[in-house]
Amino acid sequence: MKRSKVLPVVNAETSAARAPADFDERVAAAGLTLRAGVVETLQVNVGKLCNQACKHCHVDASPKRTEIMSEETAGQIIEAVRRHGFKTVDITGGAPELNPSFRRLVAESRAAGAHVIVRHNLTVMFEPGQEDLPEFFGAHGVEVVSSLPYFLEQQTDAQRGQGVFAKSLEALRRLNEAGYGIEGRGLTLNLVYNPVGAFLPPAQGAIESDFKRELRARYGVSFNSLYTITNMPIKRFLDYLRRTGNEERYMRKLVESFNPQAVAGLMCRTLVSVDWTGRLYDCDFNQMLDLGVAAPLPQTIAQFDPREFAGREIVTAAHCFGCTAGAGSSCGGSVVAS
Amino acid sequence: MSYYEEDDLSRFTDMGQHRPDLFEKFMAWYQACQEDGALSRREKALIGLAVAHALQCPYCIDAYAQSCLESGSNMEQMTEAIHMASALRGGAALIHGLQAHNSANKVSM
Repeated sequence: MKRSKVLPVVNAETSAARAPADFDERVAAAGLTLRAGVVETLQVNVGKLCNQACKHCHVDASPKRTEIMSEETAGQIIEAVRRHGFKTVDITGGAPELNPSFRRLVAESRAAGAHVIVRHNLTVMFEPGQEDLPEFFGAHGVEVVSSLPYFLEQQTDAQRGQGVFAKSLEALRRLNEAGYGIEGRGLTLNLVYNPVGAFLPPAQGAIESDFKRELRARYGVSFNSLYTITNMPIKRFLDYLRRTGNEERYMRKLVESFNPQAVAGLMCRTLVSVDWTGRLYDCDFNQMLDLGVAAPLPQTIAQFDPREFAGREIVTAAHCFGCTAGAGSSCGGSVVAS
Repeated sequence: MSYYEEDDLSRFTDMGQHRPDLFEKFMAWYQACQEDGALSRREKALIGLAVAHALQCPYCIDAYAQSCLESGSNMEQMTEAIHMASALRGGAALIHGLQAHNSANKVSM
């Protein structure tokens, strides 16, 4: 029987024949294997300090965190980028701009020829010393990826904090003024939708159309592409699930929505994640769960070797169902074309 | 204990334990109705939500509230859909008042 797509809590298999809830078994049952390909992207988490404390955060980032990448570790990252020629350096956090080495990481990665993505939360550009971020991004040809969970204030503020929507709009206007998200200007501004609650994201194409139409009509702002990213049952979002009695229902939904077609496009196949201390992981989610890359691989960026990491075994756990649910999810949005 | 248990929604497919052939026919039609067509998946989810309220089916209300959110809708749109269902239920009662008029007028001077 075909899997139900439109009643996500209903599984087309009977209760008696539930599919395995272990991720590795589920992948194997679909006749697939999950191993990395060649590492193309180095995702750098510069620390957990953030000017926001969003409810869905899998990092548990906030203004109170003290885990901040040192200059020395940033130097090791830059050295690794120069030595190994990563196609993309994807800088995240927390709010990566708040790290003292942030601008150096961007500039040196670009100088080494890497494409640079910055996970920019929009409101940080209003922090002291950060007002020139749109111009800084533009000068370095950075791809800006920013979260905007919905095109209305109520939903956005519910997830990201009171007043965040209004500030986000102002930030988007400034980015548009600097040339971002404008057809033909060559500066890419992508937005991220993630559900404001314990449900799966809509089809990426459909919600992108909504966002383009509504943001332009209501607020006069534009962007390039919209990514849908599934909320991961980790840290603050997991706390939310538990507090609201949604943990079991949400996990069951993720498991029941397993889509074998998503496995081929999982981001851990082409990405390696490094934390604020220089330690290596298969992705940012594994990082937050303290699951380092599988032994006997080198555990730190200083010892990274692309040949050893290509084809490596990926460390998995139950949260991986978040990336394979429905249309799949990754830092670049849905994984399966709708 | 209530007649309605929240977990039962996820056990809908247990109805296929007897006469699975009939249940399969139903599910095939049910799922096909809801795919993108001349109407989008979201429009259909909102219609489903409205009908769920007209029928007052708690399973459908739960499932379609989720489906509406998961198709990118919001409480404003969903509430308008619920008002449509309510207004039609109200209107259906009200217009039958014409039959009361007819009936009363027939026997009144």
